[in-house]
This record gives sequence, C-alpha cells and structure tokens, in this order.
Amino acid sequence: MTSSQTSSARALPPLVSVLAGALFGLGLLCSGMVDPAKVLAFLDVLGRWDPRLAGVMAAAVAVAAPAFWWVARRGRALSGAPVELPPTRGLDARLVCGSLLFGAGWGLAGLCPGPALVAAALGSGGALLFVAAMLAGMGLHRLLQGRSGNSLRAVNAP
Amino acid sequence: MSVLTLEPAQWLPALFGGALIGAAVALVALTHGRVTGISGMLGGLLPGADGAQRRWQLPFLLGLVGAPLLWVLLSGPVAMRLDASAGVLLLAGLLVGYGTRLGNGCTSGHGVCGTARLSRRSLAATGLFMGAGMAVVALARHGFGA
Repeated sequence: MTSSQTSSARALPPLVSVLAGALFGLGLLCSGMVDPAKVLAFLDVLGRWDPRLAGVMAAAVAVAAPAFWWVARRGRALSGAPVELPPTRGLDARLVCGSLLFGAGWGLAGLCPGPALVAAALGSGGALLFVAAMLAGMGLHRLLQGRSGNSLRAVNAP
Repeated sequence: MSVLTLEPAQWLPALFGGALIGAAVALVALTHGRVTGISGMLGGLLPGADGAQRRWQLPFLLGLVGAPLLWVLLSGPVAMRLDASAGVLLLAGLLVGYGTRLGNGCTSGHGVCGTARLSRRSLAATGLFMGAGMAVVALARHGFGA
C-alpha cells in the first residue's frame, strides 16, 4: 500500500517522532514504570498495594484524550495522513485470550513492552532476555497466524 | 490487604511521568492520526510484517530508548529492580509478546490510547490484562487458591 500515504507523511520531519518517543521514554522513567518492583507493587493487591501506577495511567489518559477527540473530528492528521484509529467495538476471543496471556506475563516479570525496551537499553540483562523472548513470542504469533490465515481469511473477511 | 501510605508529594513523579506519556501519545495522534502502541510497533519490525508505519515508528522507538539512556548517562542511575529468574523472564517475555499480538495491544495501545478514546475493546482488554496480572502476582506472592 503506502506510496500515497507515505508521501503525504513526508511533510513532517522524523524529529517530531523522535521527540514523541523521547517524551514517552522520559515519562516511563519518571513515573517508575521501568522499575519492575514498582509495577509488581501495583499489581500486588493482596499485599501492601501501591496505587500510584493508576495515577500514571489516569494522567496519561487525561492528557491524551483531548488530542484523540480533536484529531478524530478533524479527520486528517497534521502530516496530511488520514486518521486511522483501531475499532472500538466488537469483543472477540482473540482480544480476551491475548489480553489474559499478556497480563499473566506482565504479572510474572513486572515488565510490559515499552518499559522492557527502556530497561534493556539502560543495561538490564534480565530485561534484554525478556525483550528477546517477547520478540520471539511476537514472531511465533506471526507464524501461527500466517499458517491459519490462509484457510481462515475467506471466513474472517469483513 | 492494605494500601501503602503515601504523602501527596509521593504521587508527583507518577502524575508528571503519566502526563509526559500522555503528551507523547497526543503528539503522535495529532501528527500521524494513529494510536501509540509499543507492541504494535515492535510487531511491525518483524520480517514479513506490514511496515507501512515504520517511517515514523522507527524514529519514535529511537527516542523512546535514547532519551532515557541519555538522561541516565547525564544524571545517574534510576531505581530498577528485576527479581525474576531467567526462566521466568523467558516465559513472561513469550507470554507478553504472543499475548499482545493476539490481543492487538498492550499497556500503551489499549491501556492509555484505548482508554483515552473510551474504546470498549480497549477498556475490556485493560481490565483483563490488569486482572490477570493481579491474579498472577497474588498467586506467586500469597499462594491464594494454591
């Protein structure tokens, strides 16, 4: 796909995206999300529960919500690309199972994808191992999906 | 079960950090009209994936890991305690990688972006992965039901 989309997105310098990534990374660092011990203290509702990660999420949501509302109404991003946001309705088994599996892994290590990348970059060997396994898990999903996709595509087509 | 006693000031890093994350998400939404999903970006890097968005996602990932690295180099290390054994980390990584692709999102895509959009799918996903994470920690630390 893409030649028309990417050419319209060329209007914005990549530095804008570097800046967005930098804000995200510094936010993870400042909020303590990169510290698995802190994440597990949030998930440990039966112990001495540390509710602060809910504050991280609430603040992020409060700042992001107006931007989504505005850009969705406008229909076009500042890059000129059309606004393409994921569907908001329609629960299915994939969403439910995937989220449960993800949550189980999150609870085992205290790492989710963004913080894991940052922790690995900061030199945590354990986080690096986690990231390698995470990429393998993503690759595994891709392989299995590719295999079943051929037979299921006709059925799943919208 | 009890709640950690916290001074108001102890909430500030969480709230400020969260606001930075929200600002990053808002910037991506305004400039590219997309959600900021880290697991989706990583999935898009795999060979054979549709990498149509790599043009802005690669610079984003560069900033994501580069800025904290620069910060730590300039101002010293931050608290980061990872106790899990190598075996647990491998299993956890596999579950997170496979689960986020199957469920189409993680803490950023569903938890922050989806919640900000009041997406029913994302609200459900967020409730499920938080519930699963809490259940696993409860089991591992307090052995309830075991």
